[in-house]
Amino acid sequence: MTVVELDPSGPSWSASSDVPRPITVRRGFGDRVFRGLAVAAGATTFVVMGLIGLFLAVESWEALQVAGAGFFTDSAWLPTDDPPVFGIAALLYWTVVIAVIALVLAVPVAIGTALFINEYSPRWLRGSLTGLVDLLAAVPSLVYGMWGFYFLQPRLIGLSSWMADHLAFVPVFEVRTDKFASSAFVAGVVVSLMVVPIVTSVVREVFSQAPQGEKEAALALGGSRWGMIRTVVVPFGRGGIVGGSMLGLGRALGETIAVALIISPVFEISPRILEQGANSIAAHIALRFGEASGVALSALVAAGLALFVVTLVVNSLSTIIVARSRSGQGIEL
Amino acid sequence: MAVSESAIPVRDEVVPEQPSREPATLVASNVSAWFGDRKVLESVGLEMPARTVTALIGPSGCGKSTFIRILNRMHELVPGASLAGSVTLNGIDIYGDELPPTETRLRIGMVFQKPNPFPAMTIAENVLAGLKLSGIKVRDRDALVEECLTKAGLWNEVKDRLKASGGSLSGGQQQRLVIARALAVRPQVLLMDEPCSALDPTSTRRIEETISELQEEVTIVIVTHNMQQAARVSQQCAFFLAAENEPGRIVEAGPTEQIFEAPRDSRTADYVHGRFG
Repeated sequence: MTVVELDPSGPSWSASSDVPRPITVRRGFGDRVFRGLAVAAGATTFVVMGLIGLFLAVESWEALQVAGAGFFTDSAWLPTDDPPVFGIAALLYWTVVIAVIALVLAVPVAIGTALFINEYSPRWLRGSLTGLVDLLAAVPSLVYGMWGFYFLQPRLIGLSSWMADHLAFVPVFEVRTDKFASSAFVAGVVVSLMVVPIVTSVVREVFSQAPQGEKEAALALGGSRWGMIRTVVVPFGRGGIVGGSMLGLGRALGETIAVALIISPVFEISPRILEQGANSIAAHIALRFGEASGVALSALVAAGLALFVVTLVVNSLSTIIVARSRSGQGIEL
Repeated sequence: MAVSESAIPVRDEVVPEQPSREPATLVASNVSAWFGDRKVLESVGLEMPARTVTALIGPSGCGKSTFIRILNRMHELVPGASLAGSVTLNGIDIYGDELPPTETRLRIGMVFQKPNPFPAMTIAENVLAGLKLSGIKVRDRDALVEECLTKAGLWNEVKDRLKASGGSLSGGQQQRLVIARALAVRPQVLLMDEPCSALDPTSTRRIEETISELQEEVTIVIVTHNMQQAARVSQQCAFFLAAENEPGRIVEAGPTEQIFEAPRDSRTADYVHGRFG
């Protein structure tokens, strides 16, 4: 056997050899066309997003000039008064309250649903259950709103009044009226129904990626199914639970029509979630948009901008959390 | 002052001691197994005596892994899996209603081909994981952790970093950690499904030493593709074989020496001498 030794200065080595060389790729025509289309489509998303932000910023400028810092601290909405007074403090507060109520109810239900579908339900049922949950996400929020208003609300009032009677030592369950309809609680319950499918879907996807080897290890050690879930599935899916919940939070914060149908708007910040009166940025915009013009319209757009920024931040955070967790690799939100 | 009815009565520490278990004899009789409609194992009978290492050998796809998973009720967790026959642990049918599956798996531990420590737990927590899963209390956790890690031949390498994550160890160390975890619940039988197939030669040798050391306290059944390993660690050998499109059967079982040096069946001789498989 001959061993050919290359002369390091010889022709097989280029003159400036020890630096990374550029690699050229020659693309075919079809590849270039498709690449162009894909880049354009991808770019469109960002451009539209940017344009929305820009539009909101420009249109809300007038109102923000008028209101100044008061826009974030005032709780009233009187843009046509002289001088005009308006701010999103109460709106933002109630938006968050309703979203938090929705999540507190939705997340445990979603985790339970996800675990049932993945670990307990018979295999032949699994596909249909998953489809059914996804179908729930597709029901228009108007339908949830009407159902919540006409069907659920009258049936929730009993629960509200029971909680007010027995749990009033917790400030949030205190009431100062006997009107329990159109409350943040009722709105929160209805929004939670809309959030459950989203959270379930993310959490289920993450749980289903729990490594088989670790699940078998837990069972082979004499663990029960529940023990296995606690030891392997839930710790593995923690990132998915947090990320899915935040994705649900984003949805809950932006929920409009269902909340608008149920609440009776107030501009007062109060911790009492069971009694009549609540609000939300999105519902407020929807309810006032038709009659607004001039500064009033600009003020509504400014409220929209605030909502846009908040949901953008929440959704970005959720994506980051899911992607960073051990379970999140390979999961698309 | 009267003798105080002392405010806090000294609480008796009622900690159920872990039962110290003797190695047990496992007997499989007439075991057949299916995945869906496909029969993968037919009428397998094998006695795996206490204080003995039994090696299951045979080419891929002959049903060894299925068989070993039947021995601690892991087989039934596979969707569509079914089985016939019986497996007894010191005379108790593990598929009867006398033992719940969790109790069966507690008594018959298992080590898998791929090391599967719990990555979110520390090394020490991994060792104790089985006890936590079964709600068994231990008086002296540290001593148990040390004892099991020592038995698994890992103690010296990890004693200074018991709080490190179980996932931070090398593959060979992880496999020994998993063995320590399986030993911590004091099983009567330890099943090992190709425990060394993903490991380097040094780790393999270490685990083989561990197996020899454990032999007196736990019955060991090991699936292996490595003939030398079977010869080195086992006293008893069962040779599985599946003809094309047929379920696996035991061709020959007996003392390891006999299987390797004077097999009765020519197929066994061919296999152990590396002529196929």
